[in-house]
Amino acid sequence: MNFDDTPEEARFRAEVRAWIDANAPKQLEAELKRASFASSGIESMDPMAASKAWQKTKAEAGWACLHWPKEYGGRAASPIERVIFGQEEGVYGALSGPFVIGHGMCGPTVMAWAGEDWKRKLLPPLASGEEIWCQLFSEPAGGSDLAGLRTKATRADDGSGDWIISGSKVWTSGAQHSQWGLLITRTDPDVPKHKGLTMFFLRMDSPGVEVRPIKQANGQSGFNEVFFNDVRIPDDQRLGAVGQGWEVSLTTLMNERLSIGSGMSNGFPELFRYCLEAEIDGAPAVDDSNVRSKLAQFAVRQSGLKYTGMRAISALSKGETPGPENSIGKLVAGANMQELAMFALDLQGQAGVVWDADSPQNGRFQGMLMRSPATRIEGGSDEILRNIIGERVLGLPGDIRVDKTVPFKDIPTSGRSKA
Amino acid sequence: MNLDFSDDQKALQDQVRRFLAERCPTTVPRAILEGAEPYDKALYAGLADLGVLGVAIPEAYGGMGLGHLELCLIAEELGRAIAPVPVSSSIYLCAEFLLLAGSEAQKQAWLPKLASGAAVGTFAYVEGSGRVKLDSIKASLKDGKLTGAKIVVPDGDVADVAVVLAKAAGGLQLCLVDLSGPGVGRETLETIDPTRSYARLTFDGAAAEPLGAAGDGWGLTDRVIDRAAILQAYEQVGGADRALEMARDYALDRMAFGRPIGSFQGIKHMLADMYVSATLARSNCYYAAWALSTEAAELPVAAATARVSATSAFQHCAKNNIQVHGGMGFTWAFDCHLYYRRANALALSLGSLSTWESLLIERMSAGNAEAAA
Repeated sequence: MNFDDTPEEARFRAEVRAWIDANAPKQLEAELKRASFASSGIESMDPMAASKAWQKTKAEAGWACLHWPKEYGGRAASPIERVIFGQEEGVYGALSGPFVIGHGMCGPTVMAWAGEDWKRKLLPPLASGEEIWCQLFSEPAGGSDLAGLRTKATRADDGSGDWIISGSKVWTSGAQHSQWGLLITRTDPDVPKHKGLTMFFLRMDSPGVEVRPIKQANGQSGFNEVFFNDVRIPDDQRLGAVGQGWEVSLTTLMNERLSIGSGMSNGFPELFRYCLEAEIDGAPAVDDSNVRSKLAQFAVRQSGLKYTGMRAISALSKGETPGPENSIGKLVAGANMQELAMFALDLQGQAGVVWDADSPQNGRFQGMLMRSPATRIEGGSDEILRNIIGERVLGLPGDIRVDKTVPFKDIPTSGRSKA
Repeated sequence: MNLDFSDDQKALQDQVRRFLAERCPTTVPRAILEGAEPYDKALYAGLADLGVLGVAIPEAYGGMGLGHLELCLIAEELGRAIAPVPVSSSIYLCAEFLLLAGSEAQKQAWLPKLASGAAVGTFAYVEGSGRVKLDSIKASLKDGKLTGAKIVVPDGDVADVAVVLAKAAGGLQLCLVDLSGPGVGRETLETIDPTRSYARLTFDGAAAEPLGAAGDGWGLTDRVIDRAAILQAYEQVGGADRALEMARDYALDRMAFGRPIGSFQGIKHMLADMYVSATLARSNCYYAAWALSTEAAELPVAAATARVSATSAFQHCAKNNIQVHGGMGFTWAFDCHLYYRRANALALSLGSLSTWESLLIERMSAGNAEAAA
């Protein structure tokens, strides 16, 4: 048992470290250290330009999308090499934010289902950051119940074989920056819900596509609503067979859950620092026994996640597949972030309500409080993740379903007309 | 990076698991709970024959000379089986004190007997309620005679030898007491977990020899308690896993409203949360096992981390195991209460949860904040 590299890993790490040292945008380092969830922290320049520049530098030297095959812009690296690169990339990894969905989810789906010509055309510019992708899955009428989606794709009646898309998607990260979108649609409402879906990809500048930012509960706008007003897509931009969309979407979602330890800021070191500085009745807050209890529970959850990640990395290092332990990551991190933020405000007393530049640590904890509800919903809600752990890890039976065998058009919906 | 046990270590764990499956089904701790015997002597002898007791004791003192990683995995299996044997008192505590501070003669005298199971050892330090502090130790050692009283001494009623923390001329001092000698009184205590035994020991001028230097008593106690806490955290992780399995199996089997209760989200999500806490605790224990086996500087932080995490996980899994079983879980006949008893007894042994939470934060404040962050 050790935390050491194998000799090959050490050689690879040294190579990565030397390259990062020589090429990373060090002028941004101080700003990136302030990165928090959903923000790279960059203010001195356009954050997207900074992200694209670093991705391009990496791609030109063969350090983009390490685990992809070389012909698609990757390096054909092993999983452990990908982890090592991420560790050495350190704070500069926060610049990858705009590419996470494309590289982690859309790319692997295209790789698994598109024809060779499309793969050679689409994947290299995705890897190098020249083109950004978004994932058009969730809809106003259904998020967790993805297969209940209603965006319609019908064949054009001009004999071209093209498809006409109408409907809308919601919670689409980065749609305003994207050149391409991965789109799941309903092509047949007369069969059960999972069987009538079809997957496409399309240019986001296609006529009839309209992107509108969503003003979130915390006042920011990281997500969008995307409307499709009779958008035309050629049939060769279909992924998988007509009616095979559910199967294709599972490729995307499985890749979502394979990503390991993103190094997302959890707020614990900042809270700990605050408890050393803040006072309760004239003594450091950290000396208060209630504070210690709370801090200790945050600390062990944080370290439990850290070492769970390291166990997965150990498995990769030995060429094994990590166990199901990693499925707990987002469930724990999301709830932890929200509780931690509430506790940090509690420590500030009545002044905790103030959220301005003079708030402790520039209002970091108030920001976390207001952002954290989303972390418990996006990318699989707490409830969906508990179902996954219960059913796939512990082997419990699925819930009894009333919607799996009836035609989609006959499924009752909440206050909306039937398809 | 290799945060994992070796194949040999896993094979040893598997061997111990199979041995305990055969020799220590839940009827064994239940017999101790319901009977007059303080522990299962045949099972203890069997573990000794298997080499389990001496796994981390050097061969020169009758052990197997393996290490603490092996002992961690054995502890996990003992916890999983809620084995009614004095391994923690005799091996995690008494033997560790001897290895760390014993003279050559003391090691020769006791370690081979502890490794073979011929003698049982323990550690006596608690005198009252609340967190044990330097100034809460009143027992005193003078001219080789020990006077005072110690409470909740694990296996104190069956142990042959005890390491005792006492006041002496040069500060706190550990001493070794042969419990069969004159001036030693023992009284078995009634507890929430009679599958293990605890006693009140009184010393009235009992013969005691110093263990380690005068003034080193508190420091040595801290060190050994940290090491034992890691091993006990492994017992807790083993117990948590078993309680989760019991609950899962019952949720698959039990039908209500025409379907297995495990298909209801109210039950399923409870089980998922049990899996989460058991997994976090296990991963923290891996970190602590690494620190223990390498004598890492982070050991005090790692021990407190593992301990807080594992205590919380075992209590969480044991109480929800009863909840998943419903009314049947509250019957004497079902085994759920055996795990509930053990979880709540282990949560207090070596220091309560709030004590360890406080220790963790004290240690992190002292400069190890990065270790757990």
